[in-house]
Amino acid sequence: MSFLEIEPFRIALYVVGALAFVGANAAYLVWVERKAAGRFQRRAGPTEVGPAGLLQPVADAIKLMSKQIIVPPGSDALLFRIAPVMVMAPALMCFATIPFSDSIVARNIDVGLLMIFAFGSINVMAVMLGGWASRNKYAIISAARVVSQNVAYEIPMLLTVITMLMVAGTLNLHEIVKQQEAGFWAWNIFRLGTNPLMPVTFVIFFTCMLAETNRAPFDMAEAESELVAGAYTEYSGMGFGVFFMGEYANIVIGCAVATVLFLGGWGSPVGFLPGVWWFLAKMYFLIFTVIWIRWTFPRTQFYGLLNLSWKILIPFSLATLVLTSIVMKIPRMF
Amino acid sequence: MKNIIRDSVAGFKTLVVGMRVTIDQFFRRPVTVHYPHEALKMPDRYRGHIELVRDPETGKSLCIACKSCEKACPSDCIFVDGLKREGEKRKSATEFTLDFTKCSLCGACVEVCPTDALRFTKSYNLASTQKQSYFFDLMKRMEEQKK
Ligand code: SF4
Ligand code: SF4
Repeated sequence: MSFLEIEPFRIALYVVGALAFVGANAAYLVWVERKAAGRFQRRAGPTEVGPAGLLQPVADAIKLMSKQIIVPPGSDALLFRIAPVMVMAPALMCFATIPFSDSIVARNIDVGLLMIFAFGSINVMAVMLGGWASRNKYAIISAARVVSQNVAYEIPMLLTVITMLMVAGTLNLHEIVKQQEAGFWAWNIFRLGTNPLMPVTFVIFFTCMLAETNRAPFDMAEAESELVAGAYTEYSGMGFGVFFMGEYANIVIGCAVATVLFLGGWGSPVGFLPGVWWFLAKMYFLIFTVIWIRWTFPRTQFYGLLNLSWKILIPFSLATLVLTSIVMKIPRMF
Repeated sequence: MKNIIRDSVAGFKTLVVGMRVTIDQFFRRPVTVHYPHEALKMPDRYRGHIELVRDPETGKSLCIACKSCEKACPSDCIFVDGLKREGEKRKSATEFTLDFTKCSLCGACVEVCPTDALRFTKSYNLASTQKQSYFFDLMKRMEEQKK
């Protein structure tokens, strides 16, 4: 029995690994975001701290950690403290079942996909609780927005996920990737035989993912120009820092799930390099797209946001769902 | 129904166009410079505060203390005093001060000067916590520049 198969070791290894991966990603995605934002606006981005500003996240972390966390008088002190934890903890949980490669997965759970969506929606509740507990009008408006936004976008997202489930026939992420291993044209996004609207499904999923993680152009919860910092207004120091890290951790998870569901996970389109590198490449490409979208489009209006979901995304995702079931059922009838 | 689909497709296309525009900018060189380490050259017509122009032959100021600028200044920020020295055909300025706190950089003084003795500087890095540091003695400034 190898050392990796001993359960406590495996768990410890996983916890350390996941924490390190999430921490490093959160810290350096902020750097990537700032650099990319700079380049999109023809600026240089951070350059002062370390070569090419690479030590900027370290400096930021030290700054945030040395600041006092002020709990505003009259706020709900307990909820106020729990909220940042509730953003971060579910994000960490989700990493447990994401298959980075054929062998790198902490726990290959049969209902992995369900688990990710169950934990994923806690994130929104945490933002809502944080806003509510702050006793600040901006934070409360933001909390209300988060809820209505989440209700609106959870529906099309889950509809696309159901479509994917019908195609894959399993909730196990490992299995889903295995099915797409045959190469480029076996990736779910290109499996037009099961549903000619597969790329549309992917776009709907990706859009909902942006909305669920409160990313621009759907960052109504944090709309600085109208709500100061939305739900995070009263948070200082590491309280804010954890929310911020949680946002990036959720982006990583969203992109990882999109990679697994649509882009063939660790499957390599050409055949060289071990799978995990392909997985990371696809995932980081999606993350870059998220950043790219943020620095391209202005924030939508709140009504625009709800209209987009109820009038376009939900009908379209329903249509792909119906279409997929028809395409899958008809051949079996004869 | 048809309209919705057509509008959605058209809308999606515009989003893609927008993203193409930004990615195009992404791969170009940044246009900003890294300010305190490098600085852009000020354009020719940039207006900093005014200064006195030296006569390239004699090394003295071109100003003949005619006080036209003092009168032309709408904000009343120039003070000129001068005298006629022995053996010189014209007067020359002995004192020339500028109260930059009031100057609007309108350029009336530069325009009115009959001998082109005034010009705008290119200095933009003025910062001070004291009002007094914006009362410039332009004669002294010119003398100091000679060294
Ligand atoms: S630029 Fe205008 S305001 Fe300034 S000193 Fe000259 S005349 Fe006066
Ligand atoms: S107008 Fe010119 S010459 Fe006359 S006082 Fe002013 S600077 Fe001197």
